[in-house]
Amino acid sequence: MQNLEEFRKEVKEWLDKNCPPSMRSGADPSIPVDEVWGGRNAVYKNPESKIWLDRMGEKGWTMPTVPKEYGGGGLNAEQVTILNQEMFAIGAKQPLLSFGIWMLAPVLLEYGSEEQKKEHLPKIIKGEIRWCQGYSEPGSGSDLASLSTKAEDNGNHFLVNGQKVWTSYADKADWIFALVRTGPKEPKHDGISFLLIDMATTGVSTKPITLISGKSPFCETFFDDVKVPKENLIGQLNAGWAIAKALLQHERAFISSFGLGSGMGSGRDLVSIAKKYIGEEDGKISNGFYRSQIASHKIKEHAFGLTFKRARDEGGKASATASMFKLYGTEHNKKRHELMIAATGINGVAWDGDEFDKEEKNLTRAWLRTKGNSIEGGTSEVQLNVISKRVLGLPS
Amino acid sequence: MKLILTEEQEFLRDTAKDFAQERTPVPHFRALRDNNDQNLWDKDIWQEMVNLGWSGILISEEFGGSNFGVAGISVILQECGKTLTPSPLFSTGVLGAYAISNFGTQEQKEKYLPKIVNGEITTALAVDESSHHDPSKTSLTSEKNKDNYILNGKKTFVIDGASADVLIVLTRTSGNSGELAGLTLFIIDSSADGLDKIKLDMADSRNYANINFNDVKCSNQDILGALESGGETVESILDIGRIAISAEMLGNAESAFEATIEYLKQRKQFGVLIGTFQALQHRAAAMFCEIELTKSAVMAAVHGADERSNELQRLSSLAKTIAGETLHLVSNEAIQMHGGIGVTDEYDLGFFIKRSRVAEQIFGSSTYHTERYANLSGF
Repeated sequence: MQNLEEFRKEVKEWLDKNCPPSMRSGADPSIPVDEVWGGRNAVYKNPESKIWLDRMGEKGWTMPTVPKEYGGGGLNAEQVTILNQEMFAIGAKQPLLSFGIWMLAPVLLEYGSEEQKKEHLPKIIKGEIRWCQGYSEPGSGSDLASLSTKAEDNGNHFLVNGQKVWTSYADKADWIFALVRTGPKEPKHDGISFLLIDMATTGVSTKPITLISGKSPFCETFFDDVKVPKENLIGQLNAGWAIAKALLQHERAFISSFGLGSGMGSGRDLVSIAKKYIGEEDGKISNGFYRSQIASHKIKEHAFGLTFKRARDEGGKASATASMFKLYGTEHNKKRHELMIAATGINGVAWDGDEFDKEEKNLTRAWLRTKGNSIEGGTSEVQLNVISKRVLGLPS
Repeated sequence: MKLILTEEQEFLRDTAKDFAQERTPVPHFRALRDNNDQNLWDKDIWQEMVNLGWSGILISEEFGGSNFGVAGISVILQECGKTLTPSPLFSTGVLGAYAISNFGTQEQKEKYLPKIVNGEITTALAVDESSHHDPSKTSLTSEKNKDNYILNGKKTFVIDGASADVLIVLTRTSGNSGELAGLTLFIIDSSADGLDKIKLDMADSRNYANINFNDVKCSNQDILGALESGGETVESILDIGRIAISAEMLGNAESAFEATIEYLKQRKQFGVLIGTFQALQHRAAAMFCEIELTKSAVMAAVHGADERSNELQRLSSLAKTIAGETLHLVSNEAIQMHGGIGVTDEYDLGFFIKRSRVAEQIFGSSTYHTERYANLSGF
């Protein structure tokens, strides 16, 4: 195996040569910042966002542990640590945000056929195809397994009819991974299949849902006699529920990272907000009641972060504790945003206009967005059910 | 810093687990309480613990100890906490051993450490003077008189103070109550003239005392650490104590929780197991999460202590806060979920809630440490 110090040197040199200046810390603040999700219809305000994505994608370093034959970086754990350290050292931006990477790729690696892996993984890794998730339906929220979007066997293809809801960014995505009912007569968990569908297929349409934050990150997605090739079935027919659950573990793991203050759009620091809007005396937040609430929250957040670390150090026995991380990560994130808007006072509930600055108006929206965190990917109540049944073994 | 145990620490934990389950299950504590035992801990059991090397875990090989560190002693206390094992291990094996090993002169180490290792003496740390923990509010005076210091004042809630042979006492040589400056620690024989121990009767039926000092005479040689640097020294000792007691409290919580989950799986009402009720399931799941967070906080603090992390104070306050809150929650919920038998003396759960509320106060409550955490975090 290659010497690790040599590898570090190579990574350093490569980053030095290939990471564009605006993708590092200390970038010119006048250059617009892209949220890069890739895909066929991606638009870049800063051309260097695309250059950085292409170069990292070519290396396979957007998914560094995936084998090279599937377009990944083929790195081992130690090498990934080095890559992360060197990227952190220059403040390199993550080149790609992707449901493909966070959710679909891990289950493709586990359940996909050789052809499916070769077809889909490289496009995920390079950011060529943007994916969305077709799980929930109007009648199937927490009781996901009751879903009714049906896929009928029509010889060489499935004919899909039905409706999905809460499909994140469906209006911008190229493909959808969806749960469909292929066995209407089987018990509900045993009649579900995991299907990949090209959103460009005739009969697929989307409609954005406006949320309380005023934004529309989610859509309704409709399937009207959509023909889906048989080779897009992942795993066995009617055996999709196991894949669905495996994917949910990955989704929960990634949503729970919000609670560590590292989630999307949460670069705000509770303490500095409190000091700015409430004031400070001798370095202490001047209102004792706010201060104690913030301290209690910070302590919980600290312990939660340490629990994340402990799980990793123990070798990531993820399945048993993924629900705990989802539950706490999202509940902490909600609490943190409540404390932030409270500390910001009346400006923390600003909506629009020139009397409030941009950060204040964004905070209002970010706070409202967090209300969905403990619902999406399985509600907090569902997580409590999972813990009590699967971890504690309480009877049903 | 990896948040896992080494093989050595796992071995210590397994030994402690066997010992606590076999030699000191909860009925052992119950018997001591029922018999109104003089020390509220058993001398023979303590000697067995000493023979296992536990009193010397924080003491170097030079003085007969094993130097297995805070992680070593903490896994033992956690297991002992599961069965509410009473012993002077915390006051002697943690506080005394750590204080003298780290701040004692060579002479003091030679005089006391081998005796701690072989069980000849037990020690106690006398800090508090009122109903609330606050080392800065020390007003027990140590006045210089030629070559001696004369101690006058009163200490409260001294853990294992009723039986300790040797006391480590926080005194004020100068300055005013409310200041950490001007404090000095002394090591004193508990049979010294003018020293009067009053045994306390506390809800958790453990060994505590208030101690009066009336012209108690000490010499220069009895100072632990440097003169008037006792504030800093005692905080360092207390932080190790806070971490160790947090480990014991974690053990208390784990045990009460486990008993509760077992009960939910066997108690029937309305014709079904009460564990099928979502009203109870969700609260049980929430407790599970709190215990997991506590494990992480305690482990980070334990390793922080052994690695002499510059985050040690913050980690210590983190661990004590979380351990206090978790044990508080679990001891309450355990009783509620057990229903009527939970509030009977015949059942063991009452011991856990009584121990909880006393342990919560030891070396600072969750409130005290939340405040300290905020100060140390710069807000």
